[in-house]
Amino acid sequence: MKLTGAEIVLRCLQEEGVDTVFGYPGGAVLHIYDALFNQDRVRHVLVRHEQGAIHAAEGYAQATGKVGVGLVTSGPGATNAVTGLATAHMDSVPMVVISGQVPTALIGNDAFQEADTVGITRPCTKHNFLVKDVAELATTLKKAFYIAASGRPGPVVVDIPKDVSAAECEFEYPEEVHLRSYNPTIKGHSGQIKKAVQLLRSAERPMVYTGGGVVLGDAAEELTELVRKFGFPITNTLMGLGGYPGDDPQFVGMLGMHGTYEANMGITHCDVLLAIGARFDDRVTGKIERFAPHAKIIHVDIDPSSISKNVEVDVPIVGHVQSVLADLNQVADKMGTGDPDRLQPWWEQINEWRGRDCLAYDRESRRIKPQYVLEKLYEVSGGNAIVTSDVGQHQMWAAQFYHFKRPRQWLNSGGLGTMGYGFPAALGAQMAYPDAAVVCVTGEGSIQMNIQELSTAKQYRLPVKILNLNNGYLGMVRQWQELFYDNRYAESYVDALPDFVALAEAYGFKGLRTDNPADVEGLLREGLAHDGLVFMDLIVDPEENVYPMVPAGAGLDEMVLV
Amino acid sequence: MRRVISVLLENEAGALSRVAGLFSARGYNIEGLSVAPTDDPEVSRMTIVTTGDEQIIEQIIKQLRKLIEVIRVTDLTEGVHVEREMVLLKLRAETGEDRAEIKRIADIYRSRIIDVTDASYTLEVTGDGQKVEALLELFDASQVVEVVRTGTIAIGRGAGGM
Repeated sequence: MKLTGAEIVLRCLQEEGVDTVFGYPGGAVLHIYDALFNQDRVRHVLVRHEQGAIHAAEGYAQATGKVGVGLVTSGPGATNAVTGLATAHMDSVPMVVISGQVPTALIGNDAFQEADTVGITRPCTKHNFLVKDVAELATTLKKAFYIAASGRPGPVVVDIPKDVSAAECEFEYPEEVHLRSYNPTIKGHSGQIKKAVQLLRSAERPMVYTGGGVVLGDAAEELTELVRKFGFPITNTLMGLGGYPGDDPQFVGMLGMHGTYEANMGITHCDVLLAIGARFDDRVTGKIERFAPHAKIIHVDIDPSSISKNVEVDVPIVGHVQSVLADLNQVADKMGTGDPDRLQPWWEQINEWRGRDCLAYDRESRRIKPQYVLEKLYEVSGGNAIVTSDVGQHQMWAAQFYHFKRPRQWLNSGGLGTMGYGFPAALGAQMAYPDAAVVCVTGEGSIQMNIQELSTAKQYRLPVKILNLNNGYLGMVRQWQELFYDNRYAESYVDALPDFVALAEAYGFKGLRTDNPADVEGLLREGLAHDGLVFMDLIVDPEENVYPMVPAGAGLDEMVLV
Repeated sequence: MRRVISVLLENEAGALSRVAGLFSARGYNIEGLSVAPTDDPEVSRMTIVTTGDEQIIEQIIKQLRKLIEVIRVTDLTEGVHVEREMVLLKLRAETGEDRAEIKRIADIYRSRIIDVTDASYTLEVTGDGQKVEALLELFDASQVVEVVRTGTIAIGRGAGGM
């Protein structure tokens, strides 16, 4: 039986097991929306801005591990999606975004709502396609899902001209696709794995440093086994949080620019560094020459281009983190993990660093300290909430004070640092897990970048808990201006803020506000217990800074402490 | 360090701009680039001349391999290889003396005169970069009407293919 291109798109989504699509209709995708209307297996979430659709799909993908799907129209629909695509690209989130395009005959004519979507999205996607023939549509979508989810995951755009979604063709969904030019390496090299275990079992001052790859690669279990087997200290990157239980005694906290003293000192003084699914980002390494200067470095990553990109490594292992970790565990069981007593002086040193209590803050203050709010959020939510964040100080405090226990519990924009990500991502996560507590930790700057999505939350009755750390400033900008620009707060004061409680109420939501530390816990309990969306507006100390802090260009051991 | 990198890639719309975009986005040097289909019409071969230290070259090769449409990448400078470039050179040739001189130089460089008018000669020269440069240096700017270069193409020596 012949199907239209639009019907083929829907059939492909069904075949891929897609249950939710986030999008916004428009002229060039009307055929696809019509096909969507005529079926009931794929539900559509109507956002209020395409950027919100892509972030919601990202949140959905990051929370579930499935491919997130977005659907946007041509021209402005596609350009509005670009920030979301770049965000997903930097954080390797598997996504397929379908965009409408003007009819093939009009491409290149400066037609109404025409943009060169494939050209614009080329550098911010893992791959993209323009489908010019309906006969290639099903295979192209199959390829898109395969590319998005395999290897180092990432977003893939499929641009479909309007005449292609109207044209008819026999539908057959390929069981699998083969791309001769794309074959990610899964299994790590056995010789390298032996070499790595050899290094690990003789290490005296080891550190394990893991990133988002462990979360993306569903390797948390294998990682935990390895780290416990060896009895090594472990640190996570911002994207890697939850990849190892944050409440475990072997966990020394996040590393990098706002990492803990013990994690950063551990990196600086270690003799063997095992890096897994992490990419030695500049926010992690600080000054490259001072990053793990005494260490032999083992680096496990599925992306060969991540290896020795910023830091020269000694034992590179290309492969899927889950497979490589399983092999490391197996070889370690055979070869042994070395004498555990050798690690005692190292742990003593680490515990001494821990004793510095680098995350301390003023607990006597009459103002609400944002750190206190996050501590209480952790307590009140039992450490079980799915937490999304926007970008800035609140993001760092959430990363420092909420001890993520499991992967996919912490969703944020680490690589691109996209303000406006947090709230739509929370909506996506809540769509995936309707009964979970989903908290969006944000600030009054970030939340306003996609605040229109309150309307989406209302339409789908999504009970997201918004926790707004309202300090009246673009906090991280202000912190840098205080420290590096002699207190000249250029445009970092967010004047003319709305009454967020009244705003929430205007949508029919609950709004709560306090500026009193004594009321924080009660407010959080009330907010989290509420069965609908709640906007918790916490007026916090306007001049609180995030510490520790490694100034840009300094080494990890040169951090500023409180 | 100058490197000649050979890339086999799917002959698809957009593949070339992916490679060019990669070089500009990551700030890599690109001194020459030539591309055309191979004996398999579905595959194109691209020859890229670039410079960079060892770490940058390693990244360039890895990043090229990461592109979905790229089938194979080889750094030809790692082994023995032959490089060639073709130049079409249009020269002013109005006086008998000029015409004789150009003809002599063309012979010495084993180049061919492929177009003649009463005021010009057009030469076709093939060789490695050095030979081409040496030839071009023989003519001063007032003599040269146009220079068209293909950019370097290269192939590994020996019986094996890429």
